[in-house]
This record gives sequence, C-alpha cells and structure tokens, in this order.
Amino acid sequence: MFSLKQNSWFIRKVVIWRAVASIAWSVLLLPVTTAVFVLLSRFSLFHPIQWISDCTSLLAASSTIFSLVVLCGVVLITGFFNLEFYTLVPSIPCSRMALLGTVLHPRQCVHSLVYCTMGMLVMWCASVTIGGRYSTLGTTCRQSESGEVVTCLNEYHLFILLAGAFMGYSHSFLGVVQNMYYVSFQPIQQYKYPRFKGCLPMVVKCSVIQALYSARNFAAFYFFFGYAPKTWISSTLNLQIDSSLQPLDSLTGLLDLSLLYHLSISGTFLYLTWYLTVLLFRIYVTEFLALQDLALLSQHSLSRRLEVFSLSQPGGHAHNWNAISRECLSLLSELTQRLVAHQDAVASNGRVKSQSASSDTRSASSSSSVVSGTEDIAETPRLSVPLRTPGSVFKSSVGGANSALTAPFTPDVDSPFSSPAIRRLVGQQDPQSPCFGTVQSPHIMRRGPKPWSASTESQSSGSPPASPATVPSPPAASQKPSFLAQWLQNRREQVKSFLAKRVLIMYLFNKLPEASSQALFADSQAHIWALQGLSHLVAASFSEDQFGVVQTTLPNILSCLVVLLEAVDRHFKLPHASSKPVRTICSMGDSTYKTLRFLLRAVLKTTIYKITTTFGEHLNAVNISTEHRKRLQQFLEFKD
Amino acid sequence: MFPSPVHIYTDGSDAEDHVSSAFVIRHQKKRNIHHQTQLSLAANAIILAGVVCVWLQPCDLPSPQFTRDTLKGHSRPESSSRSAFLDQRDTLWMRSAGAWRDAGLYGLLDEITNSAEEVPRFLAVGSACVLALLRWASSFHGSLFPHLTLSSDEMVAEFSQMLDWSDSALRSFAWHPHTDKFAVALLDDSIRIYKSNSSATPTLKHRCQRSVCALQWKPLCGSALAVACQSCLLIWHVDPTSLSTRPSSGCAQVLSHPGHSPITSIAWSPTGSLLVSASPVDTGMMVWDVAAESAVPLQRVGGGGVTYLSWSPDGSRLLAATPSALFRVWETRMWTCERWPCLKGSCQSACWSPDGGCLLLSMQGERVIYALTFSDLTGGSKAASVVADLSETSFPGPDGDLTVGGEVCSLSWDPRGERLAVLLKGDSQAVNHPSVIAVFKTRSSPVFELLPCGFVMGEAGAEPRFMQFHPHFQHGALLTVCWSDGRISHVPFYFSSAGLLGGDSPQQALASNTADHSSNKLYTEQIS
Repeated sequence: MFSLKQNSWFIRKVVIWRAVASIAWSVLLLPVTTAVFVLLSRFSLFHPIQWISDCTSLLAASSTIFSLVVLCGVVLITGFFNLEFYTLVPSIPCSRMALLGTVLHPRQCVHSLVYCTMGMLVMWCASVTIGGRYSTLGTTCRQSESGEVVTCLNEYHLFILLAGAFMGYSHSFLGVVQNMYYVSFQPIQQYKYPRFKGCLPMVVKCSVIQALYSARNFAAFYFFFGYAPKTWISSTLNLQIDSSLQPLDSLTGLLDLSLLYHLSISGTFLYLTWYLTVLLFRIYVTEFLALQDLALLSQHSLSRRLEVFSLSQPGGHAHNWNAISRECLSLLSELTQRLVAHQDAVASNGRVKSQSASSDTRSASSSSSVVSGTEDIAETPRLSVPLRTPGSVFKSSVGGANSALTAPFTPDVDSPFSSPAIRRLVGQQDPQSPCFGTVQSPHIMRRGPKPWSASTESQSSGSPPASPATVPSPPAASQKPSFLAQWLQNRREQVKSFLAKRVLIMYLFNKLPEASSQALFADSQAHIWALQGLSHLVAASFSEDQFGVVQTTLPNILSCLVVLLEAVDRHFKLPHASSKPVRTICSMGDSTYKTLRFLLRAVLKTTIYKITTTFGEHLNAVNISTEHRKRLQQFLEFKD
Repeated sequence: MFPSPVHIYTDGSDAEDHVSSAFVIRHQKKRNIHHQTQLSLAANAIILAGVVCVWLQPCDLPSPQFTRDTLKGHSRPESSSRSAFLDQRDTLWMRSAGAWRDAGLYGLLDEITNSAEEVPRFLAVGSACVLALLRWASSFHGSLFPHLTLSSDEMVAEFSQMLDWSDSALRSFAWHPHTDKFAVALLDDSIRIYKSNSSATPTLKHRCQRSVCALQWKPLCGSALAVACQSCLLIWHVDPTSLSTRPSSGCAQVLSHPGHSPITSIAWSPTGSLLVSASPVDTGMMVWDVAAESAVPLQRVGGGGVTYLSWSPDGSRLLAATPSALFRVWETRMWTCERWPCLKGSCQSACWSPDGGCLLLSMQGERVIYALTFSDLTGGSKAASVVADLSETSFPGPDGDLTVGGEVCSLSWDPRGERLAVLLKGDSQAVNHPSVIAVFKTRSSPVFELLPCGFVMGEAGAEPRFMQFHPHFQHGALLTVCWSDGRISHVPFYFSSAGLLGGDSPQQALASNTADHSSNKLYTEQIS
C-alpha cells in the first residue's frame, strides 16, 4: 500500500534524495529542539542556577539519549509519510460528504493511527524528560483503609500520553482538511538556508497556536470522556486508582496551571517536530524544477535564451523552440478546454433542468469549436465532449461514492441532485474508473503529470485521450425512454425530492461554494510557469531571435493566449468564481491553491501585455483572426 | 517634430500664468553643445525663455492645482475627540477589554495600573512592574533607532519622498508607466486619476486609505494602482474604460501584515509580477504576490526598518534604504543582499540608470551625489564614489544674486538616461536661496558623465516638493513637478537621443573632470 508507485525517473532519482536530505536535517535539528524543550519544561524563576545545572545534567542523561533515539524514529516515519503523501495538486472536496469520505478512507485511517502512535511516543519522551510526577505510569501509593503500599495508576502520565494520541489524530485530521501535504511554490526563489530562517518564526508560532488549541480541546475531551480510558487501563494493568488524589476528569483537577503549562509545552514540542520536518521537506522538494526553471532562466539568462532560439546544426530546425512552445501551448490549451467544458456544464445546468442529452452535447460541441484554433478537436465532437466535462477533471481527485451519489461530487450542481443530463455525463466516467463504487482517496490517484515533470511526461498522460473506443455510447434509455425507464425516473425524482427536504442530507451534499473553481485551477502552477516562460522568451525574441524562429509560432501563441483569456474571463463571471477565500490566520496547511485562479488571471494578462508592449505596432503584421486582433488592440492601448 | 501648440487645461487655469512658473535661470556652457543636435539647442532655448514653453507644451496633459483650503483634511483621530464626551465609568472588565482593543498590551497594563483601588494589590503592582519593564525596553530600543519613537504620522512625514509631507496639499504622485495618465494623492486622503484627452477624473476613496505615502502603478497592466497607506497596502483596480468617477471600494484589494505599518515605500517589479513594501518599523520587507494576497517576508537584522525601495529598471536589483546609516542592495534572482554601511546619515533618495548598471544616491544632510556601479561580470564597485558636489553657489539672476545649492532631497533620472533632475533644498531663512531643481545632462557610455544643464524654479513662494519624469515622452524628457502651492506642472526637455545619433564626441576631458574627486565641485567650477 505504501510503496512508491511512480516510475518516473524524477521521483526515483531526485525527489527521494531531496526527501532524504530533508529528513537528515530534521534529525540533526532534533537535539536543538529537545534542549530548548528541556530548558522550558524545567523552568523555575527563583532558582536559575539550579535550573541550568539540572538541565545540563539531564541533557547528558541516558534517558534523554534514549528519548532522542525514539524521536529520531518518529522523525523518520514523519519524513516517510511526507514523501508518500505530498501532492502538488491539492484535493478539493466539493461537498462535505466528499470530505467525510476522504477522512474515513482506509489509507487516511492508517495515517491517523500511525500519527496517534507517534504522538504517544513523543509525549512519552516528553513526560520522561519532564520527570517528577509525570515520569511513569505506575506509582506507589498507600491505600487509605488498609495502609499497605500498592502500585497505583499515575493519572498525569496517562493524561499526557492520551494528549499525544489526541494531538496526533488532530494533526492527521487537519492535514486532510487544510491540505497539509500540498506543496506550493513561493513567488520568489531563495536559497534554502535564508528560506528556512525566514519560515522558522512562522512555524514556531503555528506550533504554539496549534498546541494551545489542541490542549484546550483535549482538556474538554478528557473532562467528558476521561473516565473510560482511566478505568480501562487500571483494570487491564491491575493498577489501583489513588483516591487521595484529585481525579483529573474533574474541573478542579484540570485547573492545574502546572499541568496545563506542561501540556502546552509538550504539545508545542510535538507539533514543532512534525512541522519542522514538513517545512524542510517543502523547502528541499521545491527547488529547481523543469517548468519553474524555464520561467526563471528565460527571464534571467541570456545565454540560455540564445540556446532556445538557435537552430539545430545539421538541418537548421528550431527544435529547442518548437519543443518548448509546443509543450507550453499544449498545457495552456488543455486548461482552455477544461474551462470551456466547465462553463458548458454550468450553463446547461443553469438553463434547463432536465433536457435531453443530445441538445446538451450540441451546445457543448458548438462552443468547444471556439478552441479549434488551438488544438485539433476530434472530428466527432459528441464523443469527445464527455471527456471534457468537469467529471473527467474531477474524477481523479474525488471519486464517486457510488453511482447514485455521483452528482453531488461534481463541481457545479446547484442542488445536490442535478439534472439527469449532467449525471449521465459524469456517470459515464464511473464504469471506466478503476475505483468504481468505492470512495477513492486523492492520494492514490496522484496526478501523473506533476508540474515539474510535465515537460517530459505530460504529452503521454496529460492530454485527454481522444480515441473513441474509450468512450461508451450514451445509454439507450435516455434516448428512447421506455416505460420502465420512465417509471424509474419518476421514482428517482420522488426519492430525490424526499431527501432534499432533509436538512442533514442537504448539509452533507450541498456543494461548497468556490470549491469547483478551486478544483479547476488546482494544478495551475504549471500553467503559470508556462505562461511566464513563454512571455519572457517571446518578448526577448524581439531583439535576440536572429533566425526568426519565434515568428513562425507567434500567431499560434497569441491566439492561444487570447482564447485562454476569454475562457478565464468567462469563468470569473460565474457565481462564486471571483469571491476571495477567507484568510486563514496561522496554520501549517498551505492555502495558496485557493487563490491560484487569481494568480493565473494576473499572470495571463501580464503575459499578453508584455508581448504587446514589446512588439507594439508590429503585431498588426501578425496573421491572426480579426476578433483576436481586436482584443490585442485593447491591450496595445492599455484598455484592458 | 514639435507637437502643435495646444493649450487644453482641464482645470481651466490660465495657461500662460502656469507655465511661466517654470522659468529657468540660464545655461551658458558651450563646451558640451557640439555633441548635441539642433534640437537640444532648441531645448536650451526653451529652458532660457520660460514663456516659449507655452507654445511647446508637450500635449494636453492636465495640470491640476490643489489648495489646502479646498481639501478638508481627515478628521481627528478618535483619541483626541474623547475629551468632548462625558466621562462614564464602566466596569473594570469593560474598560480593560476596551484598552486591550484600542491600545493592545500597553493599554491593558496601563488601565490595570491606573485602577489600582479596584483590582487586587498584587495585580496592580505586577502590571506596573511589567509596564515599567516594557517601557524601559522600548526606550532602549528607541535609543538605538530613534525613528521608532515617532508616531505613525510623523514617521510617514519623515520618510515620504514628498518633501514637507504633512503640510502639503499633495501627498504623492505617480505616472502610469505606459499611458498618459497619473494619480495624485491629496491631503483629504483621496486619490485622483488624471488622463490626457479625458476630462473624467476618477476619485478613489477607501476606509483604509489614510495618510497615503506612496503610489505606484503596476507595470504591464492598465488598471492596477498600489497605494501605501498608514495601516495597510491597497491595490486599486480602476477600469480604464469605465466612466465612473467614484469607483467603489470593492475595486480595492487590502493587503496587510501584522507589524508592517505604516508603509512608506512600495515598488513593483518591472515585470509587474511582484510588489515589495517597506515600513520603517519592520526590519523585514514584504514581497507580495498580489493576486494571491500572500507575502514572503525578507528579514534582515540591522537598520531598524526599511524606508525607501527602488527597483532597477531591468528588474535585477532592488535598493532598500533603512532609517540608519545603512542601505542594502538585493539581487532579485535568489534574493540575497549586499550591505552598504554609510559613514553618516541614511539614504534619502536614489535613482537607477535605465540599464540598471548605475545607482545614484543622496544621503541625508549631505550635499553630494554618490554613484554605485553594478556589473554582472566584475561585480561592480566596492565603494560609492562622489560624482557631484552641490554646495551653495551664487549666480546672477533676474532679480539680483541667487544662491543655489544645498542638501540633495530627491533624484530622478529620465527613462532614456539623458537628463538627471536633482532637487536641492534651499534655506527658508535666507533671502534668494530657494529650493530649486538642478537639471543635468547625463551619459553612461563610454564613461559616466554629468553636465550641468539648467535650473527649474517655481513662482515666488512656490517650492518644488516632488518630481518625476514622464516614463515614455516621445520628444525627449518631460519632468513633472509638484509645487508647494499645490500645483502640478510639466517641464519638457526637447532633444533627440544622443545614443541614436551615435554622438561619440571626445568628452574624455569633461568626464575626467566630473569623475575626479579632487575637482568634484561640479558646477561651481564649471559655471563660475
């Protein structure tokens, strides 16, 4: 289950080594964080000299060394999970049901279990380090009636251990909700050390805040349910419960400042260990990647640009430029098609509730002919249409729970139960999907083409397969409705209207606003880099391109950009598309993906402006269609 | 080549009166004329006779005037209006919450200390101790960095590029980098946008738009305008095709980061992809990804804050000045920085040559211009060299002798790299020693040259406060000046580019003259 299924050379040769380096650094940082933790946990204001000497002797003690070894194991496992779970395309659940499905997925359950165990291990180390009343699970106590010495349950130790498990689970849970494993890219490039230094205060702050929240939640949890684990442990291990001490699952027991202090300090230590590992992994893994390098080098390096504009030595072909421009353009036109298909789905859904599928298909095909200038569309638009529905985009990120519940998972369904036309389009995907009938985790179907490897692999896996054989023909029932089908249809409508009245169902299945927009642009970092790379290269070609290799593709590039701009503009007119997400205060989860669509729009406009300002009036000599020329004229006059 | 004489003034002011304000003293250096063309002679003629400018007003650029009386300043801060209300005693709890909300930890501690009779004794004593400790720490910090003791408004006034900011009707000014439009921030915290050929002047107002210190249009974009305010950064998206005169505040993005205010300087990268903002109280500058509304802080210890930012036109370097005697030059590829400690005074103003290879700087209180050269091959200079000394000198003017020279307050280099405008502070006590703008001719190849060209002065009583070159003036250079009487005027310099004509005249003697430190009394020597 946890083997690396990616056969890409990049994963094998580069990413793994970067992950190893990041784990090594996390391990090296462990003694430092442990020392700080020791200092803070034994802090005493009135005996500073004793405090320092205690701490130094404790740091050299064998128990601390053993704790460090255990913590190293924890860091290794965390690093392994980072490598296994990281994703460049975040999973965006479109309804609460989908989110629930992700949280309850077996893989996620294993993840939570491991994190619970690791949390307990770290907290065990912490309690041993703090010492005093926390150190062991069993203590000696004197029974009140007989007076004999027996072994009692140390509730403080149990409390701290359970807190570790709780924090481990909440880390794992929030990791899904906040997309902790989503790796985003900074707008600027920095060396690893300054970047780490810059992020460190943020990570410390996050771990403190998260630890405080977790401590509060756990205290409440223990207050209500603490009795159960306590009695269970004491009965299985045959430990007495010391009745002379205040039980911790009471208000007075919990209002122990020292206990709460140690709980939050240990929680901070726990989160800091994990967050540092995540941070180092992110820093190492987001360095120098193919498309990113294209965007940066095309801006900064004259010699590399000249290489791109050069001709091959025998033959005189512009292979370099052709390869680069084809790659970028195919990425961009794929996005255009995705957007157009999404708009069609929304438009048809909003316009007519239940219409025959054929008219739907027609409208989709007619507007998809807009993009015909950029890429050859299959001659049979009707067959190619289902592949462009949001379902196909979405299938890989959120699978259908089952065929009846597919509709709520699709991005743009106003009511939880959409028109049959839409459901048919999406439902068609399911029989092909390998995970038909199961809830599918986004992590398993990690997208093949990652932004960094797109230049080598996206041709094979990124473009939608156009072979008609993979597309099943529309169900006959919807074209010639028989009596049985009619009856089934009616029953289904009744069930739907019945369910739609239940508040809980509506709550779970209602589409989350914005989610569809976010999902459409989830992998747009690659498009952004492609746009930036193209714009720098094309603008530089005005003065640096000796052989005019760029001129041959300029009409193509311009029309591709304009078509994409039109599609993006139309997308932003959809409801919820232009609403900004709420800023998260402080969390380790990266919410960059929520604003990628705004970034893409800004970069796209800048790209066009850069080309138009560089070429100026010369653009009139480029052979493009009249509408596109009109649009570019607006850019020339800075009227957009 | 000259545009036809048009006088369209959107504000309806008297054209002649306006332009005569830009009269210029004289220019008699003949030695540098032979490498110029006939057109530059004409330019000299324009400079000599201000009234001629009327006929050569570059185009129908609007020249609005704002007076302090017509603009109502923003209302007083809430704390000062408190005395107008009757005192009402709340519960301690309410007062503490209010103090926490209004003034943070300081306010809370202050409130607890002041109501000692209502709280337990240990709490009152404890908070008094903590307060004393905090005050001591902040005064220690303030003694290291004196600017931190200033209030927010004072700080903006201190570090704004607009001279005498708090007194001025104009708060900031910015040309659009690609079109004939500019934005002006005014005393009443509004921003107006003027376009040539258009009488519509959109007025931008926003709840957060207070004490505007800097404006800049986004390059490679028709609509986005970044505004540095007291508490945040605003990005206005003003649709250029819209006829609306009051764009709603929904058109503005608000970017803020805790601890990063007031913002005194902003700089867009020349490609328009990044925006950098600086605050004198924050040692880190923020690199904003505006569309994503996310920021990467670039923290460096030392300096106590960042006051002024300037991005080189080729986008490869960024100057960041601090309030202390230190400035940094960042390279923008991997974002590492060079530290440049100065001998005395902080960096006041700076400008880059169009190719980004040379940086001219002025220091606070100094009367010289320093130059730094950068090169990817050799790494650039190791020390800043003095290229011009602008100490006081007297000239025979139309009404008696005129003293010119003083502290260099502002520098501006025209986008072709052929004219350099230097704002020299005058002495308000002395007679005939006004603030003037000295204009130099510059060349950067084969060696850097700086030749005096003339002075731009205002009407009697009007002093220049801010200046900026038009980013793409067709016929030479166009300097826009904001005056202390609230007027904005445009001063054209007509010339054809020396680079285009390949003027390789022997200028070595002059060049060595200007570059030589021993004779760096530049125009003192050459004019008198």
